[in-house]
Amino acid sequence: MKILVGVKRVVDYNVRVRVKPDGSGVALDGVKMSINPFDEIALEEALRIRERGQATEVIAVAIGPDDVQTQLRSALAMGADRAILVKCDAEVEPRDVARTLLAVIRQEGIGLAFLGKQAIDDDAGQTGQMLAALWDRPQVSFASKVEINGAVARVTREVDSGLETLEVDLPAVITSDLRLNEPRYIKLPDIMKAKKKPLAVTDLAALGVNHAPQFKVLKTESPPQRTRGIIVKDVPELVAELKKRGVLS
Amino acid sequence: MSKVLVIADHDGKRLGAGAARCITAAGKLGAAEIHIAVLASPAAAIAAEAAALAGVGKVLVVERAENAHPLAAVLAPQVVKLAAAYDYVIGPSNTFGKDLLPRVAALLGVGQVSDLMSVEGPHTFKRPIYAGNAIITVESPAGAKLVATIRTASFAAAGSGAPAPIEAASTDAVLPTHTRFVSLNAVTNDRPDLQSAARVVSGGRALGSADNFKIIYALADRMGAAVGASRAAVDAGYVPSDMQVGQTGKIIAPALYMAIGISGAIQHLTGIKDARTIVAINKDPEAPIFEVADVGLVADLFKVVPELTAALS
Ligand SMILES: Cc1cc2nc3c(=O)[nH]c(=O)nc-3n(C[C@H](O)[C@H](O)[C@H](O)COP(=O)(O)OP(=O)(O)OC[C@H]3O[C@@H](n4cnc5c(N)ncnc54)[C@H](O)[C@@H]3O)c2cc1C
Ligand SMILES: Nc1ncnc2c1ncn2[C@@H]1O[C@H](COP(=O)(O)O)[C@@H](O)[C@H]1O
Repeated sequence: MKILVGVKRVVDYNVRVRVKPDGSGVALDGVKMSINPFDEIALEEALRIRERGQATEVIAVAIGPDDVQTQLRSALAMGADRAILVKCDAEVEPRDVARTLLAVIRQEGIGLAFLGKQAIDDDAGQTGQMLAALWDRPQVSFASKVEINGAVARVTREVDSGLETLEVDLPAVITSDLRLNEPRYIKLPDIMKAKKKPLAVTDLAALGVNHAPQFKVLKTESPPQRTRGIIVKDVPELVAELKKRGVLS
Repeated sequence: MSKVLVIADHDGKRLGAGAARCITAAGKLGAAEIHIAVLASPAAAIAAEAAALAGVGKVLVVERAENAHPLAAVLAPQVVKLAAAYDYVIGPSNTFGKDLLPRVAALLGVGQVSDLMSVEGPHTFKRPIYAGNAIITVESPAGAKLVATIRTASFAAAGSGAPAPIEAASTDAVLPTHTRFVSLNAVTNDRPDLQSAARVVSGGRALGSADNFKIIYALADRMGAAVGASRAAVDAGYVPSDMQVGQTGKIIAPALYMAIGISGAIQHLTGIKDARTIVAINKDPEAPIFEVADVGLVADLFKVVPELTAALS
């Protein structure tokens, strides 16, 4: 079985993103970029499945501009066997990402597609579910435990009321939640090895996908800011303050 | 005039807390009719609760054995059939809606607006990106159906009104068998629901263990509050995952939020931006949580939390 992992390049989670003064977007110049944290978790899980002998190959796929090769090299250093960059310089909406990944899936004969539950830049949380719909295959979103038993996956997912376990027939789409695993660190020799691994570059047209954005961003603004309040010195003062604000009952 | 279909969230027995907030959001779309779909089995009790929400024009009930558990792959083709008569298909941005609606959108051949937080016009909406560090105004194509998840913290819950008619709807959708429910390990307790509670007490990594977390529960119980946690507390196994508040957990808007031993990372703050009053207890006066707290107490939580619990009796 071949596993596809969706890898998105995003602003690193430690960066405090700022809106441009003219409202045209967020300032991205010189900002540190990384693999979307959920995609690292997805990749880690795919690697573990391969290391258990339940998959033959792990392919990291990114849609984006040329610079995304840096993140794909990191994915290769983590242990992916090869990578595919589908070049597109414009912003790609989740639906178009899903259509593109599906084209790759069909070309490669993928048995399991692993994505992140959400990209921490657009916070959309759509791509995995859309991909599963277009592929007409099962989806398990927000996975915290994955077991592969032959042609069936048993997956536990984090839902609002607790932990739900589903069984799905493969091929399927799984999206990772935070507790699925802790991704491994990349060691120096892995970076050297990754330089020799195959990284293919293609584009939307070659895959027969048209870029069809549906939404127009009219404006980007900063959220209303909360302001620093008061500091009380002890518990009696705290209780008095809460009573004064009428928030205790 | 346009029509809105709200997909009701539920746990198989009761209507979820998201539905009433979606009705309010639907009202802002300026639609002529707001209908709510209940896909469940059994469905009667949930449908009755949905019918009692003010603003609902009609409840559509699809009761099939396959709908006993909300499996997105099973529900989506049914929602798609129902959607034919509507301009908007919306649901709550909780794990039910986040799982289901993108699948519906893709089958309808359209995109989705996630976490819709305000309606600016029939086709313009605001939503947060980058963990709420930026808000974008997006325009959706005028002719197409709009699928959206609603950021429930941004809309008040609809009240109750005269019961709306309940109609059995059947769809001829072919349902897949490739996805099967195995089990739900639900955490049940008598505390208020985290997503709709008026008061929430949360603990962070500083608690140090599941056992120490008891002082948070004791305070919450004294206040009639729900209990939340930071990701660090969940990752460390002090509390179950459904208690995580934040960008990738639950987004809440209580009247009172108490962050105890939580540093205030941006991902956590995203989840509590809409709280009316934020109280922080932290021993580090430089902790970022104090930048957003309305009331702060710089102290060792192990000393002051039991003191506070006692003071409130
Ligand atoms: C992709 C991604 C998604 C994330 N999503 C979320 C999310 O949804 N929700 C979330 O919460 N986090 C999320 N995080 C994690 C976030 O970045 C922080 O790591 C996390 O919120 C820290 O939790 P904490 O405040 O409990 O721990 P810490 O940052 O370690 O803070 C502990 C605090 O306790 C204080 N303290 C210690 N001892 C005491 C004492 N005795 N008395 C009083 N105070 C004390 C310390 O001064 C410190 O401020 C996410 C991270 C990533 C990368
Ligand atoms: N441009 C992209 N290239 C590769 N994978 C992507 C891309 N955009 C999104 N994905 C995948 O889809 C997941 C969810 O993204 P989103 O729906 O945008 O929140 C991400 O965690 C990735 O695994």
